[in-house]
Amino acid sequence: MKNKHYENRLGITGWLGGGRWGVERYLYILHRLTGLAILGFFLLHIFASSARMYGPENWNAAMQILKNPVLKVGEFLVFVAFAFHALNGIRLILIELGLAVGRAEEPIFPYKSSINNQRPLMVVAMVLAGILIAFGGFNAFFMSH
Amino acid sequence: METKTQKKYNITVYVRRFDPDKDAAPRQQQYTIQIEKGLTVLDALNLIKQTQDPTVGFRFSCRMGVCGSCGMLINGKPGLACNTQVLDVTESALTLAPLPNFSIIRDLVADLVPMFGVLTGVQPYIQRSDVEEMENPTREYFQTPHQLEEFLQFTYCIKCGSCMAACPTMATDKEYLGPMPLTQAYRYNTDSRDDAADARREIVSSCHAIFNCHYAAECSNVCPKGVDPARAIQLMKKDLVLRYFGLRKKKCAHVHEGPSQSDYKPKIEAPPFTVDQ
Amino acid sequence: MKETAYWTWFIIAAIVILVLAGLHMVVMHLPALGVYNPASGAATDWQNVAFRSQHQFIAFTYIILLAAALYHGLYGLRTIVFELGPTKAFQEVFTVVLWIVGLILFGVGAYADLAAKSVGRVL
Repeated sequence: MKNKHYENRLGITGWLGGGRWGVERYLYILHRLTGLAILGFFLLHIFASSARMYGPENWNAAMQILKNPVLKVGEFLVFVAFAFHALNGIRLILIELGLAVGRAEEPIFPYKSSINNQRPLMVVAMVLAGILIAFGGFNAFFMSH
Repeated sequence: METKTQKKYNITVYVRRFDPDKDAAPRQQQYTIQIEKGLTVLDALNLIKQTQDPTVGFRFSCRMGVCGSCGMLINGKPGLACNTQVLDVTESALTLAPLPNFSIIRDLVADLVPMFGVLTGVQPYIQRSDVEEMENPTREYFQTPHQLEEFLQFTYCIKCGSCMAACPTMATDKEYLGPMPLTQAYRYNTDSRDDAADARREIVSSCHAIFNCHYAAECSNVCPKGVDPARAIQLMKKDLVLRYFGLRKKKCAHVHEGPSQSDYKPKIEAPPFTVDQ
Repeated sequence: MKETAYWTWFIIAAIVILVLAGLHMVVMHLPALGVYNPASGAATDWQNVAFRSQHQFIAFTYIILLAAALYHGLYGLRTIVFELGPTKAFQEVFTVVLWIVGLILFGVGAYADLAAKSVGRVL
C-alpha cells in the first residue's frame, strides 16, 4: 500500500496562491517575478552601457536604439519592477532580520501574529512604491530631457 | 415548552476522494447536507459518513483542536476540520480536500510521516552537556518567566501540518524542511535549558532550510493554534546573522541556585515498571 | 554555515544596491538636478557620460554596484532554481556555473568601466 500514495504537491501553481490567501503571499510572488525581470534587464544593461568604452559614436548609436518608444515603455516597466522590488525589499529586510515581526507572545484567540506586526510597514512600503511609480511615470513620459 | 428553531442551511459538500486500490487520481464527490449554526466541518463529515456514504475516509481524534489529526484543505485554506464552523466558511458550497504538499493515503487523509521524519531530524528535545545532572537531577534548572515567554508561543504547535500545506516553498521543494520543523528548532534553541543549539543551527542553516523562507507568511495565517511559525523563522534568521558576525555568544542555563536557607525536596523515586523491560 | 554567509551577504548586497542604485536613478533620470551631469540635456549625452566615466567616485561606485547587483541577482536566481527541486548534482554544478558566469560578467562590466575612463580622458 505504501507505494500507492498519491503525490499531492502543488508545484509552481502553489507559488501563485489562489486560495483564500493573504496579501503577503502575492507580494512574495511579485517580488520573485520582479526580481527575475530586473536580473534579465541588468544583464542586458551591463553590455548596453559598456558601449561607452568604444567612444562617442558607438555610444550615441546605442542610445539612438533606446529612443524607440517600445523600449521606452519597457524601461518604465523595469522601473516599476525596481520600485516595487526596492520598497518591498526594505520591508522584507526589516522582517527577515527579525526587526518587524515582534516578540514571541502568548497566543490568545483571535490570534494576532507577526503578519499584524508588519502590516503597517507593508502598507507604507506599498504606498511609497505607488508614489515612486507615479513619479517615475510622470518623469519618463511628460518631462522632456 | 417552546423549542428554539434554528435556521437550516442546505450545503453542497464537495469531497476530494481517492482510493489507492481503485483510483489512479483523486476525483470529486458531491453530497448535500442540511446543517444549522454551530456545526463544524468535522461534524458535517461525520454526518455524511453516518447518513450518506460510509466509505468517506478522514482522520480525527480529539474533536477539540488539540490533537492535530483533522487538518485538511477547507475551501482552499488549510485548517482543522474540528475547529472550523461550516457557516464561518460558506453558506452554500463547502469544498474539502486533503492537505496539499503531502501525499494522499486515502480520501482526506494525508501522509504526515515525512514531516515527522524531518521534525525528528531537528532534535526537538532538550539536550544538555551535563548528562549526569540531566539523568539524575539534583534540582531544577534556572529559567525566568521572561526566558519562558521567548519560546512559549511555539510550544503550542500540535503538528497538524496546516503550515506545511500553506507554504509556497513546500509546493515545489521536496528537500525544504518546512515551517513546522524550523519553528520547533527555534523553540528548543531558545529554551534556556537547552545546550544543543549549535547542532540545530547547523541543520537549519543548510541548503533548502531556513533561507528558503521568504515570508509569504501563509503559515502564520493558517495556523489553528496561533503559533506563528513565520515569526519563529525570522527570529532564527536574526539569531544566525548575529552569530555570523559574532555579536551573540553561546548561553545555556545552569542548575538553579536558590536562596541558601531554602530546603530542597528529596528526590522522588520513580514508580516501578508495570511491564517487563 | 555556508548558506548563512551566502544569505547575509545577499542582504548586505541588497542594502548596497538600495543606496547606489538610488543614486544611479537620480543621476540618470533626473538630469535637471545636475548631480554628476555638468552639461545640460540628457544624462546619456556624451559630455555627461564622459564626465562620469572620468570621475573617480562614480567609476568606483559603478564597480561596487555591479558586484552587489550581480551577487544579489544571481543568488536570488539560485534560490528560485533550487526551490524547483532539481537533483543534488545539478544544484552543485549550478552553483559553480553561477559563480563563473557572475565573475565573467563582473569582468566585462569592470573592464568597460575602467576602459571608459581612458576613453573619456582622450576626448
